Amino acid sequence: MAEENLKGLMLPVVIGKLLAPLPLFPLQFILSRMVRGIAQRRPEFFARLGSHIDSSYAIDVTELPFVLLLKPNPRNPELTAHRRPDKVASDASIAGPFMELFKVLDGRGDSDAMFFSGNLKVSGNTEAAVCLRYALDDLEGSVIEDLLHMGGPALMPAHLLLQRLRRLEMQA
Amino acid sequence: MNTQAITPNAKPELVCPAGTPAALRAAVDSGADAVYCGLANETNARNFAGLNFTPDLLEQGIAYARGRGTKVLLAVNSFATAPRTQLWFDAVDTAARLGVDAVIVADIGVASYAAEHHPQLRLHLSVQAGASSPEAIRYYCSEFNVKRVVLPRILTVTEIAAIHREIPCEIEAFVFGNIGMMSEGRCSLTNYVTGTSTNMDGVCSPANAVHYMDLPDGSKTAGLGDFEIDCFAAGEHAGYPTICKGRYLSPVRKEPYYAFEEPVSLNLSSLLPDLIAAGVTALKIEGRQRSRSYVQAVVSAYRRAVDDIAAGRWHDLSGLVALTEGGKETQGAFQTKKWR
Amino acid sequence: MTTELTMGPLLFHWPAETKRDFWFRVADEAPVETVYLGEAVCSKREPFFNPHIEEVSERLTRAGKRVVWSSLAQVVTAIDRRASTGIAEFETADIEANDASLLPLLHRKPHRIGQYLNVYNEATITHLASNGAYHFSLQPELPAETISRLTEAAEAAGATTEVQVFGRVTLALSARCYHARAHGRTKDNCLFVCENDADGMELQTRSHHKFLAINGIQTLSHRYLELSAEIPALVAMGVAALRLSPHSLDMTAVARAYRQLLDGRISADETFARLAELGMPQPVMNGFFHRKPGYLHVGAQPELS
Repeated sequence: MAEENLKGLMLPVVIGKLLAPLPLFPLQFILSRMVRGIAQRRPEFFARLGSHIDSSYAIDVTELPFVLLLKPNPRNPELTAHRRPDKVASDASIAGPFMELFKVLDGRGDSDAMFFSGNLKVSGNTEAAVCLRYALDDLEGSVIEDLLHMGGPALMPAHLLLQRLRRLEMQA
Repeated sequence: MNTQAITPNAKPELVCPAGTPAALRAAVDSGADAVYCGLANETNARNFAGLNFTPDLLEQGIAYARGRGTKVLLAVNSFATAPRTQLWFDAVDTAARLGVDAVIVADIGVASYAAEHHPQLRLHLSVQAGASSPEAIRYYCSEFNVKRVVLPRILTVTEIAAIHREIPCEIEAFVFGNIGMMSEGRCSLTNYVTGTSTNMDGVCSPANAVHYMDLPDGSKTAGLGDFEIDCFAAGEHAGYPTICKGRYLSPVRKEPYYAFEEPVSLNLSSLLPDLIAAGVTALKIEGRQRSRSYVQAVVSAYRRAVDDIAAGRWHDLSGLVALTEGGKETQGAFQTKKWR
Repeated sequence: MTTELTMGPLLFHWPAETKRDFWFRVADEAPVETVYLGEAVCSKREPFFNPHIEEVSERLTRAGKRVVWSSLAQVVTAIDRRASTGIAEFETADIEANDASLLPLLHRKPHRIGQYLNVYNEATITHLASNGAYHFSLQPELPAETISRLTEAAEAAGATTEVQVFGRVTLALSARCYHARAHGRTKDNCLFVCENDADGMELQTRSHHKFLAINGIQTLSHRYLELSAEIPALVAMGVAALRLSPHSLDMTAVARAYRQLLDGRISADETFARLAELGMPQPVMNGFFHRKPGYLHVGAQPELS
């Protein structure tokens, strides 16, 4: 992928375009592995969610062709992708551009300010959403890095992508 | 402004927020002299779902901070409410058992319990106690052996200096973060609207009562309970609906206006030398509900500023504006009485 | 033990003569046992009423009312401190402390604790009683169960409690004057614009819902508290006094209605109907007592045109 594309903040759109025609099935498999990996490696994340382990979260990345649905119950954690414009029922929904959500997950943004800045749109049960933010914020380091480590060497290209995204975000 | 170097023994303590263990480590690593935190229940004034510490996490936090020379203060600063009073006493017992460096209390009942059952436990008087006069502060000192008072954010630097001369304990003053408009510990606006009380439940503007609504014209309303707290034009920064920072209609105003205060943050970086000269022992950064990256940024900046002032160097904290609420900052009541 | 009715401190900045006449009328006609004089909200207002204080307190005393001096709720400036500590110098005065500033000055002297001083638990009651407090006017935000526990604790310490049953409820205090702010002024050059609003200046939300009322540095509920339906429960708990917070409607008639309710001569519904006739704004609130959002009214409210 050309560096120029990255600089032009096109990357998320490009990812979206690339993913659009793909069937969701392989993605579901990867997502499911990701969330189970977190459940194993970061049990404190679920402790912090308290009663909100029973809440469901729609994570709606503007540039992607699907909406993610997170059900963070540690006994049976689920992260699934759903095609737009299918209605996804959730207790709370967090929607926004890829870069904003990336900063929250990567543990570097001032997520408190971002949550209420208008760039991210929080709807539904605000407490559930805020609670998820606290739980993510307490995960030291980057959740994304963690996920990539779980993936092993097969995810090397993704590591490079992560570095690029960070550079991009710093420049922005 | 007083630009003289301060003597090393007058170098103030930097007291920093820790809403989660990750934030605690961020504050410690960024140069906090002390961190303050709360237990995950109604006993402190930031009782939000997903925030705060279990006794076990607090114990680990204390070990981490101690290992790096940082003190840990536990806020037990909401008001013990009958018939749940024991919950607050248990929090004080936990603090004593884990050996925190001080407990920050607001309630007379909690202070009297701590003074009676744990006379060795150091007590700080929370801003929630609303002790704004020397007489009030002296009462807490003489009755409960309070060693430090956290002053309400409603006093000018000159008034702080005057209080300093009349009280037997240390002064801690807020220097950065959310600005408290209403006298702390004396506000039941949240309970009026949501049925959850700031004093009794430790919650101001609880997230479970917050809702945003998009209107057809692109504007967005922010509500708390059954009331609309503000409405933002398309593209306008949509703040969290805190009652004292909302826009309302008054019979004497044509347009909706911030009846209490605009959503701004306190930043006293330029007044630091004056605060230190006024006798302030500890500088407090607000924000247990903020993210660890925020804590890291603000604490490092203030660490450098305090060290610079102590060394007689110029300090610059202009970079912190980006971290203030809505990108706006104020010196609040501290610089001039005109704020009132 | 019979339950008392009290007339709380006048929170609003009425013209001095209006205020004087109000208290004269209370002295002559209102069936209340205790009255609270004194400026609880703003020390700047105090000088206006000073010329009338003596005649007012004399007339009230002569009418058999017990006169209590309610202190300033928030003490910040030098003027506040003088206003607050000044009243402690009257050796014989019955003082209601609304702020901790007065506590050291009242040490071991019998005194009252006002609703602005935070009392939420038994240990606070016990401590303050040991300092000399014999009567506690409780915070309006307390739910029934807390009121009950605190009343028990007070009894155990030889003290009594009081609960507000009528009028706008104080929700917040500030060092900033919001009345001045609304008029583009500051507290120091306020020109006493608060005088224009006999019951506070109303704030509405942007969608025109009635919300709050501003009274100088104080923020009040828009709705009036009205606890006639809860009075039997308060009496059963042993609450010794019920407070009426003065407004511009006929407070003597308001007091009469509550007196008749306490005497068992009219029902809560009839009391409510009387208050409505007197111009009490509706809907009213009782949420705090029921541990619900304070502004709400829990239970059936009589339908009135």
